[in-house]
Amino acid sequence: MSTRQFGAPVQRNADPALLRGEGAFIDDIPLAGALHAAFVRSAHARARIRSIDTRAARANPDVVAVYTADDIGALDAPLPLLIPHPSITAGGKTQRPLARDEVFYAGQCIAMVVAVDRYTAEDACEAIAVDYEPLPVELDLEKAVADGAPLVHDDIPNNVAAHFIQESGDADAAFARAEHVTTVKVRLERSTAAPLECRAIAARWDRVTGELMVWDGTQAPIAVRGGLASVFGIDEDNVRVVAPNVGGGFGQKIMMFHPDEILVPLAAMELDRPVKYIEDRVENFIGASQERAQIHEITLAALKDGTVLGLRDSFLHDTGAFIPYGIAVAQVSSTSVAGPYRIPGIWVEFKAVYTPCVQVTPYRGCGRPQACFAIERAMDQLADELGIDRFELRRRNFIAPDEFPYRREGLLFADGLAVNYDSGEYAQALDRIVGEIDLPAFRAEQAEARAEGRYLGFGLGFYVEATGLGPYEGGRVKLHPITGKVYVTTGLTDQGQGHGTVFAQIVADQVGCAPADVVFVGGDTQAQPWGVATFASRAAVVSGNAIHKAALRARAQIVQAAANMLEVEQDEIELRDGGAWIRGGNRSVSLAEVATATNPLRYAFNESSKTATQFAPASRHDGPPLAEGTHPGIEESDYFSPPHATWAYGVHAAIVEFDPETCAIDIRRYVCVHDCGTIINPMIVDGQVMGGIGQGIGGAFYERCAYSEDGAPLAASFMDFLMPYATEVPDAELIHTETPSPLNPLGIKGVGEAGTIPVSQVLASALEDAFQPFGIAPVRESPLSPSMIHALLREARARPA
Amino acid sequence: MKPALFDYTAPETVAEAVATLAADESARPLAGGQSLIPIMNFRLAQPGTLVDLGRVAGLDGITVTESEVRIGAMTRQRTLESHAGANAAHPLIAEVLAHVAHIAIRNRGTVGGSIAHADASAELPCLLLATGGSVCATGPEGERTVAADDLFSFHMTTTLAQTEILTEVRIPRLPPATGWAFEEYARRRGDYALAGVCALVTRGAGGVCTGARLAGCGIADRPVRLTAAEDALRGSTVCEDALMAAGEAAKGHATLPDDLQASQAYRADLLAALVRRAAVRAAERAGG
Ligand SMILES: Cc1cc2nc3c(=O)[nH]c(=O)nc-3n(C[C@H](O)[C@H](O)[C@H](O)COP(=O)(O)OP(=O)(O)OC[C@H]3O[C@@H](n4cnc5c(N)ncnc54)[C@H](O)[C@@H]3O)c2cc1C
Repeated sequence: MSTRQFGAPVQRNADPALLRGEGAFIDDIPLAGALHAAFVRSAHARARIRSIDTRAARANPDVVAVYTADDIGALDAPLPLLIPHPSITAGGKTQRPLARDEVFYAGQCIAMVVAVDRYTAEDACEAIAVDYEPLPVELDLEKAVADGAPLVHDDIPNNVAAHFIQESGDADAAFARAEHVTTVKVRLERSTAAPLECRAIAARWDRVTGELMVWDGTQAPIAVRGGLASVFGIDEDNVRVVAPNVGGGFGQKIMMFHPDEILVPLAAMELDRPVKYIEDRVENFIGASQERAQIHEITLAALKDGTVLGLRDSFLHDTGAFIPYGIAVAQVSSTSVAGPYRIPGIWVEFKAVYTPCVQVTPYRGCGRPQACFAIERAMDQLADELGIDRFELRRRNFIAPDEFPYRREGLLFADGLAVNYDSGEYAQALDRIVGEIDLPAFRAEQAEARAEGRYLGFGLGFYVEATGLGPYEGGRVKLHPITGKVYVTTGLTDQGQGHGTVFAQIVADQVGCAPADVVFVGGDTQAQPWGVATFASRAAVVSGNAIHKAALRARAQIVQAAANMLEVEQDEIELRDGGAWIRGGNRSVSLAEVATATNPLRYAFNESSKTATQFAPASRHDGPPLAEGTHPGIEESDYFSPPHATWAYGVHAAIVEFDPETCAIDIRRYVCVHDCGTIINPMIVDGQVMGGIGQGIGGAFYERCAYSEDGAPLAASFMDFLMPYATEVPDAELIHTETPSPLNPLGIKGVGEAGTIPVSQVLASALEDAFQPFGIAPVRESPLSPSMIHALLREARARPA
Repeated sequence: MKPALFDYTAPETVAEAVATLAADESARPLAGGQSLIPIMNFRLAQPGTLVDLGRVAGLDGITVTESEVRIGAMTRQRTLESHAGANAAHPLIAEVLAHVAHIAIRNRGTVGGSIAHADASAELPCLLLATGGSVCATGPEGERTVAADDLFSFHMTTTLAQTEILTEVRIPRLPPATGWAFEEYARRRGDYALAGVCALVTRGAGGVCTGARLAGCGIADRPVRLTAAEDALRGSTVCEDALMAAGEAAKGHATLPDDLQASQAYRADLLAALVRRAAVRAAERAGG
């Protein structure tokens, strides 16, 4: 028997090539004679454009074309609003590819230069003079929605881009019954994904075949293909979009269109030359989607015993100057804010607010870190006020295992379906972490440390996460007759997560080969024209199950064909070691031979193919060579469409040491208990969770897209936007529990975003504990800098005792 | 993030390099490129000519004399950090260098480049000030020596002329009965300091501090001597009270206004803490 691959820590099959520098990212694609694009970007947040003088740039002999809004014909129109929603204020705003008459954020594209190389293109951009008339701005969310605030869009009153209220159960009744009510106001700042590879696109137009070939570092090539076909009025089959190796996406590359994604293809078509745009780091900081800024005011209604009856949350969500992705992020926040708790009465309201900043679209976690911060900060406060242990309060409110499926009637999730938790063992996860931490021992250590003037703190955070959203993905499994390799194809893409490896594991178990013999093809609209994209921790859940279904079909075909070839009954066939074997015997046919034999041939091209030609004994038959209703070779596809999202969850805890002199925080221990259903590859799950924790630590302490009061981005390089180095991320202890999802055949839940979600809460909670001797006010903000902690400390010291 | 057009030359003598600088007032020397190349990519610097010092003879190497450590300007930071003779002569050198960026950057970045670049948050200029070092420079008018106290005029600005090349950095040997320490706080390992303090404390009979030289980085528009803190330590036994007083006194040197990474108030308190920590460690090492 082959060992089962599903569940094994199989090495990532893409790594050797990537580590040897043999990956092919967009900038590695050889494109003879390619031109390079660069953009003139707005220097102001909000301004009228009096004039754009492109003469000097156009006069440069190495400049091939300069485009402003006047030069792009029908493309000079607002880009699509991808996810319309009735709550969006009439005339939801999206940006034009190039600004016309006015700009809405610093970094907005005003002109595109196409030149023989990027250096020249940047020189020409510098030579383009834009005359601005700056307009007043307001970046503070609370002030922006007040009457009289400067407007981002003249026709959108109070800058309210969307206003949405959802209710589940009877919140008013819950509050009427409450014995204790507590309110917390939290604020999270703007952040950005900062992928290792910035965004990139290259396009080539083939005048003869009429094919537009686009390489796009996107998470959604199929969507981009559809969009480009629509923009240019050509058939989808004449647009091929390939996402080759992509160096991280984290949601930023799900958003389409960033202006370059249609302007570069336009230039390639108009100029009849390949055109490349490799976004640089500054452009990524000022022109690519960001996320996170929200202000929540959350109130819990509870009984004295800690039972939470009701929740009201009203929050402001910064959507930036535009709302191309609809209300997705805010909606995920609003439907995640009740966390793992039963809370029967829920009322959530949000306003999405236009601000003169680059647009907000999902970034790893997508609204959940904000929701988790809000509810968990409130739960900590409630526990403290009621004098109940922070663990115990949570335990009393968890949805119990026998309450699943747990529907929050009235709350619609971002996929348009009711919030419906499928499975979970929340109390068990909490018990695991209590066991790991040994709180009594920690409390003793904490007391000792305090006596020595050292300040330790303990914190925790629980989260739930709807993953594996629909609508669907497809999978195709094909056996190759020459090499016997198994190709597995799906429409979504890999940005480094390791999808190819887990898909290989799924297939290997069914067809009986080694994962190394499975070749993953993703992100090519020609290879798999049907599908959606990589987002919402959905690749393993949705593509994984589609591939599993396709692999089951392929397995059945292989068994049938092999039984014919070996002249035994099908149930005597066993698939293993790259072939079909007679159970208990030593006769077998290889997968390559099966693939060859199932394709009736006229010409032999190698030894095994002779058996498939017309005079071979195996080819004798009465009917047509290919029986009615069958197809040549071993190739099967299938699709998977989940009924609704599946809810993963976890709990993290940390022990920190706080230095009141430097305001430095040292994370001494970080423990994570995590459940993503059935695990396909524990090593990859570890990597995803650990990476998420690292990103979460960035979100908690370091990463902040700061803006000046007049809307100038202040953190537009890695000198000012601090990502934690490996030295700032502690070794986390990762513990996995597996509660299968009943919603898909493999029982899996998503894991991609999980690690990021609770980190800000965990560290805030731990700091608060460490702060106790100083009487520092509770932590209500994320990220937290030493200066902010210093200010809290000063405030506490200034307060009369 | 592509630099503007520039010419590139790689002279082999100091004289040639100086002549090239004199011929184009926008010309700049290129050392390890760890600061200059990034600012060129941001187009914050647009030199018309880069004068690569990499092939200029005689600009690197470390000599330890009776009185000082002489470091050729093009000596890589990592080379100095691992130089046994230099660190025997002044152990503060290696302690400071461990905080300059990361090893990969120290492998390229030069000692002279860091001093000439004169970032107000950089550690090496602070070291030069604390140790009372100096630099040698060659320009069209010939050679001169500039004391650290006269070298740093502003953030990223020295009193050297555009036509002058810094050729050597000199750090006096650690004086007798003197202890040393460097303390900094940066948000991430290897970052420029939010505040950093070099301390040299000399002790005499009864452990009394007979001399103190402290310098800070990251706190003002240039690296600064923390004279007020020095005064508070001198004559004391570096006891708790003296340390507190020195810390308090140092706060006045933290003049940088609020910026993205730190408020002024925080920097001042941080500086005070670092002064205490550096002074106490230096005093311990001074013995007595
Ligand atoms: C990620 C990163 C982190 C860093 N962190 C730190 C840090 O924590 N602390 C720190 O101190 N530094 C840090 N640095 C900067 C690093 O130390 C640089 O090496 C140093 O500032 C400049 O040295 P260089 O040899 O690279 O000089 P270059 O970059 O080549 O030159 C810098 C400037 O000095 C001038 N110059 C160079 N040599 C001479 C000379 N001989 N005569 C006259 N002018 C000259 C150049 O014209 C230029 O203006 C960091 C750099 C990076 C990339």
